[in-house]
Amino acid sequence: MSSPTGTETSGFRLSMLINDTRYRSLTFQAIALIALIFAIGYLVSNLFSNLSQAGLNIKWEFFTDTAGYDINQMPIAYDNQMSHGRASMVGAVNTLIVAFLACVSATVLGVAAGVLRLSKNWVVSKIMAVYVEAFRNVPVLIWILIIFLVMSNLLPQPREFRGDAATSSMWFDMVAFTNRGIYVPSLIMGSGAWTVILTFLASIAGVIWFRRHATKVLFDTGRMISTFLPSIGVLIVPTVLMFFILGSPIGLEYPELKGFNFKGGLHLRLSLIALWFALAIYTGAFIAENVRAGIQAISSGQTEAAAALGLWPGKVMSLIVLPQALRVIVPPLISQYLNITKNSSLAIAVGYMDITGTLGGITLNQTGRAIECILILMLFYLVISLSISAIMNIYNNTMKLQER
Amino acid sequence: MTDSPNISFVRHVPLPPSPSPVAQTGIIKWMRENLFSSIINSILTILSIFFVVKMVIAAAPWAWNGVWTTSSLRECRELLGGTTGACWSVLTERWNQLVFGFTYPKSEYWRPTLAFVLLMASVAPVLFSRLPRKLLIVSAVYPFVAFWLIWGGTILTPIFVGTALLAAYFSFVKMEQHVSFVVGLLTGLVVAVAVVYLGGFVTEVQAGFIALEPVASRDMGGFMLNLILGTICVSLSIPLGIILALGRQSNLPIIKGICVVFIEFIRGVPLITLLFVANVVLSYFFPPGTNLDLILRVIIMITLFSSAYIAEVIRGGLAALPRGQYEAADSLGLDYPQAMRLIILPQALKISIPGIVNVAVGLFKDTTLVSVISMFDLVGMIRGPIGSSTAWTGIYWELYVFAILLFFVVCYGISQYSQWLERQLRTDHN
Repeated sequence: MSSPTGTETSGFRLSMLINDTRYRSLTFQAIALIALIFAIGYLVSNLFSNLSQAGLNIKWEFFTDTAGYDINQMPIAYDNQMSHGRASMVGAVNTLIVAFLACVSATVLGVAAGVLRLSKNWVVSKIMAVYVEAFRNVPVLIWILIIFLVMSNLLPQPREFRGDAATSSMWFDMVAFTNRGIYVPSLIMGSGAWTVILTFLASIAGVIWFRRHATKVLFDTGRMISTFLPSIGVLIVPTVLMFFILGSPIGLEYPELKGFNFKGGLHLRLSLIALWFALAIYTGAFIAENVRAGIQAISSGQTEAAAALGLWPGKVMSLIVLPQALRVIVPPLISQYLNITKNSSLAIAVGYMDITGTLGGITLNQTGRAIECILILMLFYLVISLSISAIMNIYNNTMKLQER
Repeated sequence: MTDSPNISFVRHVPLPPSPSPVAQTGIIKWMRENLFSSIINSILTILSIFFVVKMVIAAAPWAWNGVWTTSSLRECRELLGGTTGACWSVLTERWNQLVFGFTYPKSEYWRPTLAFVLLMASVAPVLFSRLPRKLLIVSAVYPFVAFWLIWGGTILTPIFVGTALLAAYFSFVKMEQHVSFVVGLLTGLVVAVAVVYLGGFVTEVQAGFIALEPVASRDMGGFMLNLILGTICVSLSIPLGIILALGRQSNLPIIKGICVVFIEFIRGVPLITLLFVANVVLSYFFPPGTNLDLILRVIIMITLFSSAYIAEVIRGGLAALPRGQYEAADSLGLDYPQAMRLIILPQALKISIPGIVNVAVGLFKDTTLVSVISMFDLVGMIRGPIGSSTAWTGIYWELYVFAILLFFVVCYGISQYSQWLERQLRTDHN
């Protein structure tokens, strides 16, 4: 990069490189670039001399070596004879699972808390204020640890469900809360299960199309089509019909007490639950503040104008307030999702096997390949973050106020 | 429009207004409006009150019956004899470990305590602009005093570093006036390095001059470690953040590119991975033979981390300034450093103070993550030395309640300050 600067200055005095604003910026950039290259070169040369001194090198073959350790929560097939790469993938899927669960529940919790905090009901709004302030001002790590400890100490042991004198019982014979985790029924997908799911997806598409059509008819002719009941009908009836025509292909497997532990069903480990709940409650408090700010950002003139046009309250909310508030709420909401994903790396504190626990924890310690492991770990989070920011940018561009 | 003179009586005094119906006044009115205005509202109210009462019934006897005087969990359980009660005695017995860590010498506790009190005194003039401006000298001197108090050693070290910075500043001002900004910076740098280098010889000879007992970084722990990390990293990352923000806003593509890549990279990865870097990777990047201790490596990484976030906040402030400010500075003939220092940054920083405070609160909470790389901060102490000690194993509520209270007080205090400041800085008339 320094060469173009050199050729351009050939006709000029050298001092113009500093004094002439046309060339000064180029000079500075060249200096910055050279400094950066030198700094990186210095660091890298340090790195290599340190590595050779310690008899290490940078190699990636260990990813195909046998991992040799077990992972307690496996969403995809894995056993300890598989490779480190496979173990990292299990960890990555675990990260995505807990991040997804936490995002959904944090949104529900945050929207509810944000709306309730604006409620005219004094008690409710005060309770929500306490919730928001208490959780926003204490580190999330402490909440994760507390929820984990409370659940593992207060929930009953599986053996307390046994016998006639059982001190604990399952909820509706379906869900068991134990100190080893929560057992819930799992889905059993028989043949034809996918047909039912596809039918359901198709009916969702049908409902969306129907609503669009209704809006179009309303705009074109002014005729209102009732959409509520037909939507529900379209949503439920075909799926249920298909379900019974195919002979109930989707079933539930209930957890059952066998010996000293539960068998069958889906076992959600305590570490997952603690991480999920803590992230959801903690981030929910932040989302509540975003929602409150978004709703308060809509001036009361908007609501009053809508009322003056004769819209009834539900329509005021859905047509006037929400579309404007969402423009304020969604960008910080998405960055909260980003925070959840990054904070899910705290899984390592409670032993949930996310990618930080597998790749950045056990694999790193077993192979001693710190640089490679941490590099891949950072790249993984970076890819997620950048894709979420890309989505946010697209959203911001489509929702931007169209000004003249 | 006829007069009516024959009216026998016209009241001369208006009737006093009769009192409002009972249901329309005082507490009943308030309750009707705020608690029971509709059926759903009433249900919500009753549910919430039920919930609060339930919580109080569960927690109050436990906290109130607490035992404060035993020396182990077993003794405490015996003393309680089956009634619900907290074992607060873990706090009375181990508070010093929770606050200072378990290896900080007991006889020296006054030093971090004094440093903390002085911190309050030196932060006050920065936070409250009504205080006399001369107090800022205290804030400027504070870092050196605090370093000396916490880490110990001879007072000459901080004095020489302080002198070096002072000398650098004055030579910078001189050279900037007479030559240019860049030359000023370079001279300042050279002067600072020279003074520190020369001072090194003196401190080596006079190592015992007004010396406090040196305390190694690895002996710091407890809540003190959280405070140290939080304060140092935030104050170091503000200047770094300003530079990054200016770089990102500049129209020099290469410098802008460097800053964007740095900021987005740091903001895209979790702090834990950066702490892993500090723990196992960072020492590979230093010249062979250097041995930085863990706390210093962690400070470096956390500073880089928070500087990226602060840079984004300040960039927001820079972007919020009207273009006219930039153009006015140009038309006055100010060069870039002058325009930034005199016109742009004072206004941009003022806008971004609340955002910076938010980042600071978040960062302070994030300092608990160092417990993951086995440093014994407050959470690390609870999970490690105290939680697994023979006397107190199995206790958790009391310790975490203590931790929650400490963090809540600090963070809530800071966020209330930031809201107050936002109200102070508001210049519109709503």
